[in-house]
Amino acid sequence: MNTAVLRTEIRLFRREPGGIFWILLFPTLLLVILGSIPSFRRPDDSLGGLRTIDVYVPVAVLLGLIVGGLQSMPQTLTGYRERGILRRMATTPVRPAALLSAQMVVYGGAALGSALLSLAVGRLGFDVRLPEQPFGYALALVLAVLVALALGAVISALSRTTKIAGAIGSAVFFPAMFCAGVWLPVQAMPDVLARIVGCTPFGAAAQALNQAAAGHWPGWTHLGVLSVWILLLTGAAGRWFRWE
Amino acid sequence: MAPVIEVTDLRKSYGGRAAVDGVSFAVEEGEIFGILGPNGAGKTTTVECVEGLRVPDAGRVRVAGLDPVADQEQVARVLGAQLQQSELQPKLTVREALELYAAFYPRPADWRPLAERLGLTPKLDSRFARLSGGQQQRLFIALALIGDPRIVVLDELTTGLDPRARRDTWHLIEDVRTSGVTVLLVTHFMEEAQRLCDRIAVIDKGQVAALDTPTGLIRRSAGATVVSFTPSAPLAEPDLYALPALASVEHRDGRITLTGTDETVNAVISLLARHHVTAHQLRVTDATLDDAFLDLTKEEAV
Repeated sequence: MNTAVLRTEIRLFRREPGGIFWILLFPTLLLVILGSIPSFRRPDDSLGGLRTIDVYVPVAVLLGLIVGGLQSMPQTLTGYRERGILRRMATTPVRPAALLSAQMVVYGGAALGSALLSLAVGRLGFDVRLPEQPFGYALALVLAVLVALALGAVISALSRTTKIAGAIGSAVFFPAMFCAGVWLPVQAMPDVLARIVGCTPFGAAAQALNQAAAGHWPGWTHLGVLSVWILLLTGAAGRWFRWE
Repeated sequence: MAPVIEVTDLRKSYGGRAAVDGVSFAVEEGEIFGILGPNGAGKTTTVECVEGLRVPDAGRVRVAGLDPVADQEQVARVLGAQLQQSELQPKLTVREALELYAAFYPRPADWRPLAERLGLTPKLDSRFARLSGGQQQRLFIALALIGDPRIVVLDELTTGLDPRARRDTWHLIEDVRTSGVTVLLVTHFMEEAQRLCDRIAVIDKGQVAALDTPTGLIRRSAGATVVSFTPSAPLAEPDLYALPALASVEHRDGRITLTGTDETVNAVISLLARHHVTAHQLRVTDATLDDAFLDLTKEEAV
């Protein structure tokens, strides 16, 4: 990690209004729109007595890191390779890996910022209770960020051009959003579907976050599924990533 | 003193095709060493092995006594590189790029005079994507020099620069050398090579076709001296072809152009005198590096 590189990448991220909107603001905006529908603020029996707005806070939390990790980061990294920026850096005493790790810190940080914003707006705007098991929630959130970054790194590794990165990113983006519960919260999914979704990175993350939000320690199976995905995807990215 | 760059029997293939096939040369401290050759001759691959960007298949490369692959970080501290094709982050400004790259080195040069010298001062707040091709090129030259290196490798230094900026850049490179920096210059501009280089390796089909000073290369080529004139009366062909050390004969609109050596010139003058032929507009010129280059890299007749 090189601080000059990190500072530069943070500065460059701030110059991307698209990235700032979709990662930092869009998930919370979605939450506000859903929360402004009166029926979503009433307890719902099919959600185990929770209100729709309650179950959408973890969804919004995951949404920011899915956008950042799967859509934005692979585009940036592939672009850096395509434009020879990584190669240029390879001729300096700083290794191009510094650029990769700075990117991960930037997008990981933005995703965490987006998550905190969603939690804060949920609490202040719609009276959604803060996670009752904060340590379990933090652990699940950190694992979710790591899995999103690892998946993004795999997409960058597999994509020769930014166009391909965009296409693969979108192809993975929609299933990831489905698993995170954007269309149908995991709590409302039929059992079999919930179990299948629980084997995917973002399905497991959603269930772990829900448990921690309700005050339980997240299930070890969910945390285990996340950890296995992180290891697999990081290994794959390391094996396939090309500097040029 | 040991050479600052040593390349010995370097080989590198891509997909079974040899790009560099046994290249050897040594660059002395403080010289401007040129690598000249047609497109696809293996010039860039050779310098990429020197920069540590590529791993040679065989052979030995030493930069300041270090292996550019095994000791990449140490080599990067003493070697500044300008690559043939690379970009920077589109929204990075010139000032930010200079500050960022300066932060990579333990004892960087002050970037302000460097930017001034390269005419980048008015562009310090411009983003990379908004710079013209020539401005981008000048920024890359600045980045190659920013670590205050012992050696700079410049690949297609003045491509994309207008004639004025090209001449300014040549001055800069001469100043850089005066301050004791060794320059490895890849080019296909003959004028640039002839003006700047102390020695030149001509690379063709992955091999060193010749290695000499620019004057040495010209002298060595078959047609080092060019003599042209319009004879007052026709000259017999056999007489012309019998001239010593003759390399070529060309007739155009009654004008004869011969290439050869000084010996050829003397013989032509005696020939004209013997036949009482007057030579109008007699011109004797040295061949340029261009001619020498074409002679050295010409395709063998099959």
